[in-house]
Amino acid sequence: MTESGAGPTLVLVLAVAVLVGCGVILLLERSLTRVLLGIIMLGNGVNVLILLGGRPGGAPIVGSGPVERMSDPLPQAMVLTAIVITFGFTAFLLAVAYRSWYLSGDDEVPDDLEDRQIIRRAGRNEASAADLGGEGPNGDPEQVDPEPARRRLRRGDDGQ
Amino acid sequence: MSALLPLPVVVPLLGAALSLLLAGKPRLQRTISVLCLSGTLLVAVLLLVQAYRHGPVVVAVGAWPPPVGIVLVADQLAALMLVVSSAVTLCVLLYSVGQGRSETSESSPVSIFHPTYLVLTAGVTNAFLAGDLFNLFVGFEILLAASFVLITLGGTEARIRTGSTYVVVSILSSMIFLTSVGLVYAATGTLNLAQLAERLDDLPGGVRLALELMLLLAFAIKAAVFPLSAWLPDSYPTAPAPVTAVFAGLLTKVGVYAIIRTETLLFPGGRADKLLMVVAGLTMVVGILGAVAQSDLKRLFSFTLVSHIGYMIFGVALSTAAGLSGAIFYVVHHITIQTTLFLVAGLVEERAGSTDLRRIGGLARAAPLLGVLFFVPAMNLAGVPPFSGFLGKLGLLQAGVAAGGPLPGVLVAAGTLTSLLTLYVASRAWNIAFWRAPRTATSEPVAQLPRLMVGATVALVALGLALTVLAGPLFDVTADAAGDLLLRTPYVSAVLPGGVP
Repeated sequence: MTESGAGPTLVLVLAVAVLVGCGVILLLERSLTRVLLGIIMLGNGVNVLILLGGRPGGAPIVGSGPVERMSDPLPQAMVLTAIVITFGFTAFLLAVAYRSWYLSGDDEVPDDLEDRQIIRRAGRNEASAADLGGEGPNGDPEQVDPEPARRRLRRGDDGQ
Repeated sequence: MSALLPLPVVVPLLGAALSLLLAGKPRLQRTISVLCLSGTLLVAVLLLVQAYRHGPVVVAVGAWPPPVGIVLVADQLAALMLVVSSAVTLCVLLYSVGQGRSETSESSPVSIFHPTYLVLTAGVTNAFLAGDLFNLFVGFEILLAASFVLITLGGTEARIRTGSTYVVVSILSSMIFLTSVGLVYAATGTLNLAQLAERLDDLPGGVRLALELMLLLAFAIKAAVFPLSAWLPDSYPTAPAPVTAVFAGLLTKVGVYAIIRTETLLFPGGRADKLLMVVAGLTMVVGILGAVAQSDLKRLFSFTLVSHIGYMIFGVALSTAAGLSGAIFYVVHHITIQTTLFLVAGLVEERAGSTDLRRIGGLARAAPLLGVLFFVPAMNLAGVPPFSGFLGKLGLLQAGVAAGGPLPGVLVAAGTLTSLLTLYVASRAWNIAFWRAPRTATSEPVAQLPRLMVGATVALVALGLALTVLAGPLFDVTADAAGDLLLRTPYVSAVLPGGVP
């Protein structure tokens, strides 16, 4: 921030642009570690952006100079909160990435369940079996059929 | 009365600290959590009565005057949300206590569950009561941080996998929210909602629209509105049943609440209404079509959750008093019902060993009470006439017809279609899981369901029925709240009694 108070410096505006841009690109990666780096860059970019939202000037401490030339203290207070929050989330995401690596050997975010099912079905070239009522007379969902054979079997198991 | 206002935020936070200290004594920990949430519920009811009778309750935290300091505001909307959310969190807490006691449960909650759950509650109440945009952000972050811990509870591979998606998407939405907070401050020089209401009106139209859309984008991710909803059905179902239930009931609704505030207090005039209507219609139809294709009870309910968010967005997008009133009623109804359904799915899992529709069946004969507990909220969700789901949908559709025009007409049609498809989905789940020939995933005879779990679910089903019986007075409150929201002056003059500086 400049003492003269002519508005945000171009360097900081460019820093925001670069940080947010890199952050977004990294966020699109599969590996959680890169996603984490992306979130750190994005978070810092946004924090600097908030700082730019206030009036620039000298240190906002009463007695250190004329009030009109002080910078706006409110965004600085907010940015402190935001930094702490970003820090906490970073720590948590690190733990998740480590746990993921510990359990599965890598920290990649896999496809979701539905996608994998569709890919599997497409590989075997079969149509999706959406009707889960079951086919045939035994699986008729409308029918309250006690399935005698299976029950007897279970009772026999219980008796043994 | 205003001295009570910080309690819904402070009590759960202190309770969380206390129960963390008592991690070794589960009985004491449970007692503290239940007491904290009961206290919160009591205070919330008192606040609602006060807000309904005498207008918004306001407290300036630390006695700093409003435009600079942090204010907590409980107007009728916030107080109503507070009452419903406290009631639901209390029931879910009792359910989880019951689950912890049962011997059959694989995933007995660890000692971190209670403190985190209380922090989550504090975050939700803080978001409802926040009187400035930054405090709203902090409320969101508190509840998100707690939800991250809850969704990865136990740290199994499946939970870490789904949890990482959830964490990344949530952090991204928070970043967008934070950016818009920064830009709003840069444009207006304040973050107090009451003061923003005045200052945003004076901004150039383009800047105003850009800020509105950024805030809506952030909240729409949290509320799971259609193009931004793909994260939800993938991440919710793997968490433990009580966690999924409270997430489904509350977290998305906090997003809807924030959208209601944005669209009424900050940016009235409805310049984003057409956009909201289009996404509302898509959310309803795409969500319910997703539910039709599901084979797992929890995933199925996740999709109905996404789908029914569309109704609330539709009500907000109408920006008439009737539409808003219907939307608020629908939020109240949906928090209760969706939570109940997820708790019932948890009971099904406990009883039959799975929620996969391919592996369960005949539960109506094996566990008749479970059948009733599923059937009533499922029909309520679908909107079968006597229930509150029907009343809420009727209110919204009437408001849509009254608004007139082609787009609301299409939305009314989409809403009816969604209601019918929800009925199809609910009866399909009923037929497969409860009505067909008995089969269970586990062959060993199952122990009796823990009484407290069933009791908590019965209490929530009863709350859902109470919403039906008390729909008249409730509609009075929501209509009054909607009127206040559209007027804006009750809120602004309560926060800044001396006029806007």
